Order: sequence, then C-alpha cells, then structure tokens
Amino acid sequence: MIAETGLAALWLAAGLAALQLVLTVAQVRSGVEFGRTIRTVAVAQGALTLIAFLMLLLVFARTDLSVALVFENSHSAKPFIYKVAGAWGNHEGSMLMWVTVLSVAGAVLAALSRRVEERTLIAALGAQAALALGFYAFLLIASNPFGRLDPAPLEGRGLNPLLQDPGLAFHPPTLYFGYVGLSVAFSLAVGALLTNHVDARLARAMRPWVLAAWILLTLGITAGSYWAYYELGWGGYWFWDPVENASLMPWLAATALLHSINVLAARGALRAWTMMLAVIAFSMSMVGTFLVRSGVLTSVHAFAVDPQRGTFLLALLAIYVGAAFTLFAVRGASLREGAPFQLVSRESGLVVNNLLLSVILGIVFLGTLYPLFVEAVSGEKLSVGAPYFNSVAGPLALVLATLVGVGPLLSWRRERRPVLRKLVVPALLGAGALVTTIVLAPGMGILPRSGLVIATYLAAASIVPLAVRNPLRAPLATWGMAVSHFGIAVALAGMAANAAFTSERLAVAKPGDVLTLGPWLVQLEDITPAAGKNWTAIEAQLRASRGSGPVILRPQTRYFTDPPTETNEAAIETYWNGQLYTVVGKPDPSGGWQLRLWWKPFVTLIWLGGALIAAGGALALLGRALLAWRSRRPRERDWRERYR
Amino acid sequence: MKPKSQRLVLVVAAIIAMAAAVLLAMWGLRDKASYFFTPAEVASGKAPEGRAMRLGGMVERGSISRQPDGVTIRFTMTDGEARTPVTYRGIVPDLFREGSGAVAEGRLERGSFVADTILAKHDERYMPPELGNLAAEHKAGKTLEK
Repeated sequence: MIAETGLAALWLAAGLAALQLVLTVAQVRSGVEFGRTIRTVAVAQGALTLIAFLMLLLVFARTDLSVALVFENSHSAKPFIYKVAGAWGNHEGSMLMWVTVLSVAGAVLAALSRRVEERTLIAALGAQAALALGFYAFLLIASNPFGRLDPAPLEGRGLNPLLQDPGLAFHPPTLYFGYVGLSVAFSLAVGALLTNHVDARLARAMRPWVLAAWILLTLGITAGSYWAYYELGWGGYWFWDPVENASLMPWLAATALLHSINVLAARGALRAWTMMLAVIAFSMSMVGTFLVRSGVLTSVHAFAVDPQRGTFLLALLAIYVGAAFTLFAVRGASLREGAPFQLVSRESGLVVNNLLLSVILGIVFLGTLYPLFVEAVSGEKLSVGAPYFNSVAGPLALVLATLVGVGPLLSWRRERRPVLRKLVVPALLGAGALVTTIVLAPGMGILPRSGLVIATYLAAASIVPLAVRNPLRAPLATWGMAVSHFGIAVALAGMAANAAFTSERLAVAKPGDVLTLGPWLVQLEDITPAAGKNWTAIEAQLRASRGSGPVILRPQTRYFTDPPTETNEAAIETYWNGQLYTVVGKPDPSGGWQLRLWWKPFVTLIWLGGALIAAGGALALLGRALLAWRSRRPRERDWRERYR
Repeated sequence: MKPKSQRLVLVVAAIIAMAAAVLLAMWGLRDKASYFFTPAEVASGKAPEGRAMRLGGMVERGSISRQPDGVTIRFTMTDGEARTPVTYRGIVPDLFREGSGAVAEGRLERGSFVADTILAKHDERYMPPELGNLAAEHKAGKTLEK
C-alpha cells in the first residue's frame, strides 16, 4: 500500500502541475485573476511530492523487497541509516528527490514570496509548473521508483559499498537542494522576461534563493570532494571527473549570478545580463543532471548505462533551455537599459568577475562535453582530464583570485580614489610569500607557487573592506563577503600546499618493517582480520611517529558480499599542519603487504576554505533577512494603524 | 557613458569573453585530450608513442605478474584481436581482476603501455561506455567457446 500511495501522490502532483500551468497561462493571457488558486495548487503539489518521497523513504526503511527499487538497491542486513539513505543512492530515488525539491521550492515561492510583482510571480509559478511537469513525466514514464515485483524476492541485491558511507546521507541532498534551488531563479527570470518586469525588486526577491542554492552547492561540492578523498583511497580531492564538473558548472554560474544580482538589486544595472545568468545557472543544473543520470560519460560515478532515459532527459533539457533562450532572445533586447556606471567602478569590477567566471565555466563546459561531441561526430573515443582543466582554467582562476582582492574596494558608479593604495599591505605580504617560497622551496611548480603567493595576498586583501571602516558597524552582508573571499584564499593555499609539498610512499612491507615518509616514520605492526555488520576486512596496524608520541592508524581492505565488492578504507590522521593518509593494498607472495602512504601538508585547508566560503554566504543571507525583517516592521505598523 | 553605448560595450565584452573561452578550450583540447585506444589499434600503429592516452580492454587471464619490488605489476590487456603489455606501479583498484574489464591511463613506450592510473569496472553493473561493446563481444565469444 505504501508504494501505491507514493505513486498515486506522484500522479496527483503531476495533474496539479498541469492545472497550475493551464491556470497561469489563462491568467497571463486573459487577465482573469486566479492568483489565490494558483498559489494553493502550487503548495498542494509540493505537499504531494513530499508525501511520495516520504513513502519511498518508508519502503526503504522497512526493506520492502516487493518494491523493485528496494530489491535492486537494498539488503536486509544493511545498517539502518544506509537503508534510508539508499533511497536516494540510485537513479529513480534520486530523481524523485530532485522533483520533490523542485516542487517544494515552487510551493515555498508561492506561499512566501511577497516581494515580487504579482503578475511576474504568477508567470514564474507557471514556468516552475512547466519544469515540474516534464520531470514528473520522466519519473512516471521512464523512472518509476514504485514499481512492484511479484512474487517478492527473499533478499535484496544490496547497495554499492562505496555508497555505504555517511557521506551519502548528506552529499546528494545538499547538492540537489542547490541544483534545484536555482530553478526558482530560472522561473523568476522567465516570469520577469514574460511580463517585462526586470528590476531591482525582482533581484531582491531572487537573491535569497540564489544565495541559499549557492551555499548548498558550495557545501555539497566541498563535502563531495572530501568524501571522494577519503572513500576512494586515491588521495586526491578533485578528479575533474564529468560528474564533479556537473556540480562545478552550476556553482560557477551561480557564483557569477550571485555577484551580478547584487548590481541589479543595488543599482538597477546589468538587467539582461543577470536574467541570462539566471537562465544559464539552472540550465547548468539540468546539464549536470543529464550527465549524471544518463550515464552518457565514462565516469567513476556513472552507475548505469541507460540510453532511453538519456534521450528523455536530453529532450527535456533541449525544450527548457531552448525555450528560455528563445524568450531571452525575443525579450532581452527590449529590456530597459540599466543605470549607467563608469569604467572604474564596483559595477565594472563585478562585470569583470562575471566575465572571468563565464570564461572558466565555458572552458569547463567545453572540456566536459568535448568527448561526447567528438564521439558523436567521428566515433573516436577520448577523455579530457586534469592536464587540460588545470592548465587552461587554473591560470584564469588565479587571475580571478587576484582581482577578488580589488573588487570589493571599488565604490558604486564611479571610483575617484586611488584604490590600489589600500592593497599595499596585502601586496607586500604576497611578495613576502614569494621570497619565502623561493628560498625554502626553489623547485616548486609555477601554479602552486603562484597559488601560495596569491592566497597570502588575498587572505589579507579580503579583510581590507572590513578594516577600512569600523568592522563592528559593517553590515552582515559585508562580513559575509569578507569571510567568503577569505575562504577562497584558505582553499587556494590548501590546494597549492597539497600540490607542492605532498610526500608519497608506495612499498611492500612485512610486519615490523619501518618506512620513512617526509617527516614521518611509519611502522607496520601487524595485519589482522576485522569484521562489521555486512563486511569482513583485512586491517593493517600502523604506528606512525615524528619526534613526539606515536599514533596508530588502521587502514582496511573491506570485502562485502552483497554485492560482492572490495573497498579500500583509508585511515587518515589529521594534524593542524596536514594529514597522514594510509591505505593497505594487496598481499604480496613474499609475505608482505602493499602500503600506500601520503603526508599531505595543509590539505585540510581546502575543505576548511570551502566551509568558510559557504559560511560567508550564510552570513550574507542572514544579514539580508534581518534587513528585510527590519524594513518590513514599520510598514506592518502602518497597516495596523490604517485598519484600526 | 550613455546607457545605450554601455549596453553595447557589455555585449561586446561578453562576446569577446565567450570567444576567448572557446579559443582557450580549443588550444587546450588540441594537445591535452587523451584518446582512447584498444589493443588492436595499438597493434596497427594507430596509437602515438609518448602521448597521454587511455588503453581499454579485458585483463587477460593468467597474465598478471608481480615484479620483485612488490608494488609493480605487469599484465596483458586484450580485446580479442590483439594484446598489449601494461606496466603499472601502484595499488590496483578494488575491482581489478583477470578476465574483467579495465581502462589504463598512461602512455605508450616502445610498444608497451606504462600506466599511471588503472580504472576498473566500478561495480557489478557498471561498465565504462568505451568497454560496452567490447564486453558484449567478449561474452558472445565465451558463449561460442562453450
């Protein structure tokens, strides 16, 4: 019954989405007011998908093996948390989660948004319904999560052990909230283009959505990077895998949008530009969904190859992106020009930020899709990896990081003061870092060295906007900006340090052997068997020391039976100045064991930086919310007095 | 600047940026994309020596041998038509076994493939798309043998 309830809720929600679309079209064309009905329908639609999603969680929690999806992806002997998280660790479940977030976002927009002009909001709800309708069709026709099996099997096939990790419970939902949160920006942009109401008010309504989606994307990418780092046992934090790029592209677009939307909100400039970015940002989310869910690319993340679904998703992508771009082409040119600004101004700075981010986005996009394109045209197979992305996008990212220090110091409209003078101290610190690295590490590569220098400069420069005034009186949004920009410096320093100073050791060791690794002495003490609820393992006991007291690490190779798989469980020890990362591999005929050891100085800064970037976003969101709340109160008082 | 000409400047800037992205990407892709080859293509001399590339195929049964240092392995990659020897220093991935599919990243040196990374079938259901046809053919071949 549970699965049928879920399926029924999904069909009903699809029906309501269709109704919502029809009503909005009717209102926009005839002008008859359906506003209240449309809002109610949007909220009901959100509630229904939420019910469907809860039903899916329920069948997974109970391991109801008569549901095909549960049979294929779960197992009764799995820990409870992975039973529940397994609900979205597969294609159908994750698409249902995608649609749930989409329609719940629509419901929230309908219920809470009072800042947008009414007609624009109605048109936006229509766009949101059109989006939802396509993805309901995809779920119900090509990816039904609630299909039954008769007779019910006795045991499930189990979940891929790589996914049996706390990361799974957290990483995909965060990313999806981010991806799909951008749908609201997309719908609002489409609505505003339809009604020709692109103005500061729209930007202020759109901004919290973009900010929230961007924070979650940042967190999702950071968490995903750490998950891959410790779970895959390869010691890397970013592989330029198409699936990773699929989350990076919406993030790049959202970052650009986040900056340009401030120009629109504060100055009424960059109208068409911001609408374009809003359309691109969610288009990138859909491209990402297509890449991940169609299995079209070779990827460590692609779990299944299913061309029918791929075609369906590609068609949806073409329809939505095509329609939005056509609308933009028709309406974009007739938008009112934005407020003017001088060449040296905050606006120009943000334009440069947007241009650089767009170029990086373009480079990542082309590099990610190039293999598909070549294969479609010539049948040749190729892959594009780190050498391309690092050497082409890397230098641009460094230029951008340098300018991040300058932009926030410019004033709106026109800058008359010599801004660069405020950056003397950061520039001196950067020069100091350059001299230090040349003296201490003459053999460093050019990218890591520039990374360290620019990170040092930016860490100081990001604080300047707070330091030039009384920091305690600066608005929260300014604090947020400073924290985010400081986070970029921190992450950059981590990446550069990891690239430049990592020591690696790969060797065969017998119990008792001692290996040297950078400043460490690592002794293999013993190899013992271990077991968990649904796995058995070989565990190495390593004693690592550098001067002070030793530490014991226990990396494992785990063997799962359902499905039969091995995974390497790295043992990682974190210090303030780096991480010791150990992996145990296969036994050697001579009686030794393969060990792979890394000492990665300051690698943790990468994820700390990511967290800081997101925290800055959260501060800005909080600051804006407080401002909006404060500015609303007097009006409410007005209203009360008028009706007294 | 007048609003009209400001818009023009912005449009031109956007176009230049996009052109720059495309040019940079093309420049990078020209010599940094790594092509995928099968042992048959290596045997027929289609694969260039010394350039980053991927080699995909099945790990031949009985071909994996361990070198004295304990961390270097040699094995043969086959696609049913030809065989390429592969050398790899490192811990092989969890699902790397004889008789199953694998992709090696690295370069060709004097007819032998030196791998930097080995990607194996990711789980029981996953097969890299490049190996999709290969695996099907391999299976068909096995059925015929029986």
